Amino acid sequence: MRHDHITSAKQLSRSDIEAVLDRAGEIAGNPAAYADRHEGALLGLMFFEPSTRTKMSFSAAIKRLGGDIVDMGPVDSSSVQKGESLADTVRVVEGYADAVVLRHPKEGSAQMASEFVDIPLINGGDGAGQHPTQTLLDLYTIRENAGLDDLTIGIMGDLKYGRTVHSLAYALTTFDTRQHFISPESLKLPRNVRYDLHEQGSSIKEHTELEEILPSLDVLYVTRIQKERFPDESEYRKVAGEYQIDAETLEMAKDSLTVMHPLPRVDEIAHDIDDTEYATYFEQAHNGVPVRMALLDLLLGGGQ
Amino acid sequence: MTDQELRVSKIENGTVIDHIAGGQALNVLAILGINGSRGETVSVGMNVPSDRLGRKDVVKVEDRELSQSELDVLSLIAPAATINIIRGYDVVEKNRVERPSSVTGVLECPNQHCITAEDEPIDTQFEVLDDGVRCVYCDTIIRESIATQIKV
Ligand SMILES: [Zn+2]
Repeated sequence: MRHDHITSAKQLSRSDIEAVLDRAGEIAGNPAAYADRHEGALLGLMFFEPSTRTKMSFSAAIKRLGGDIVDMGPVDSSSVQKGESLADTVRVVEGYADAVVLRHPKEGSAQMASEFVDIPLINGGDGAGQHPTQTLLDLYTIRENAGLDDLTIGIMGDLKYGRTVHSLAYALTTFDTRQHFISPESLKLPRNVRYDLHEQGSSIKEHTELEEILPSLDVLYVTRIQKERFPDESEYRKVAGEYQIDAETLEMAKDSLTVMHPLPRVDEIAHDIDDTEYATYFEQAHNGVPVRMALLDLLLGGGQ
Repeated sequence: MTDQELRVSKIENGTVIDHIAGGQALNVLAILGINGSRGETVSVGMNVPSDRLGRKDVVKVEDRELSQSELDVLSLIAPAATINIIRGYDVVEKNRVERPSSVTGVLECPNQHCITAEDEPIDTQFEVLDDGVRCVYCDTIIRESIATQIKV
């Protein structure tokens, strides 16, 4: 990998992605070999909005590599409240750490912040924008369960605002995949994402119903449809209800189907699926640690 | 003076921007920051019949030659424009505008959640696409409304 910063899944080539996933596989297979790999390394955590899981997962990753964290803490107790710019804050933190993870509510914040620092900066989510480590752990999970070549995947739910979906769909275009997008009319893929997928030479198949393509799928990636997207509660219930799945829904699916979800879920995947062979979403969440370890290892110079 | 003479009356020194899409002349002036306040002589012809465009706008600015970065931005809303540099009543240079690969600091991102809308020490930057521009920070694409995103 030849990147100083990881701000967007779009910057990652197929060989970049494979380097991270291969390393993650090695780490998962032999974690003890990596336990002192980055002894003394400090990872700066700059979380301008709460995200317990992303933060815990990065903390676990650097500690399992022998390093530690320096945490900016919650925004209300830091200098941010005093009106300091992000550009200044990140330049200060640069002096405290060997790499930094930034989560920030504004889109493009990671790209901007990376222009001000020389240590590796990883985007831990920038508003409705990018969340590249989520994409990498999604890809790792898909590769482990279904393989990334000759893959038919259905991505369902809120495709308009769901950033995990946008990054994943883009990254999948570098592999041999057929992508189906299933959503209500009002939550279809936005224009800039369709533009990108089109530019990548991907054929986009959009559906409003899961039934017609479910039997052909190797992976079904479900995302949450949020209440805030609808003018009123009854409209939300009506629409969201059509995109919930349970064990009965999956009777038409292949036995080998992998069901994924970035979590947290509300009721888009019924609990009766949890104990079936289809359910892969908890494994997916756990994969966040070896994948982030692999990325940190490569960015901190463990590639040679 | 006939209508024809009024339209094509020559200027001694300056720039004639021809073949602007009909109705875009005022946006062109806005891009160039020309509002008459500096006392420059500006003539605007709007919806002039044109063989090439049907209707075109023409802008003449006296005693001013446009820079490359001004031409770059101009290309976004007036891709067919021709630029004539006039010295001593003669056209000394005739150029077509060329689309740049990106424009910096000229357009405002329409996405209110974009980091460029915050008080940060950066310029906006847009990658120029075949049929629009895209914010390099938040990926928002502007197509039809480029002129309204020009910073004033
Ligand atoms: Zn933007």
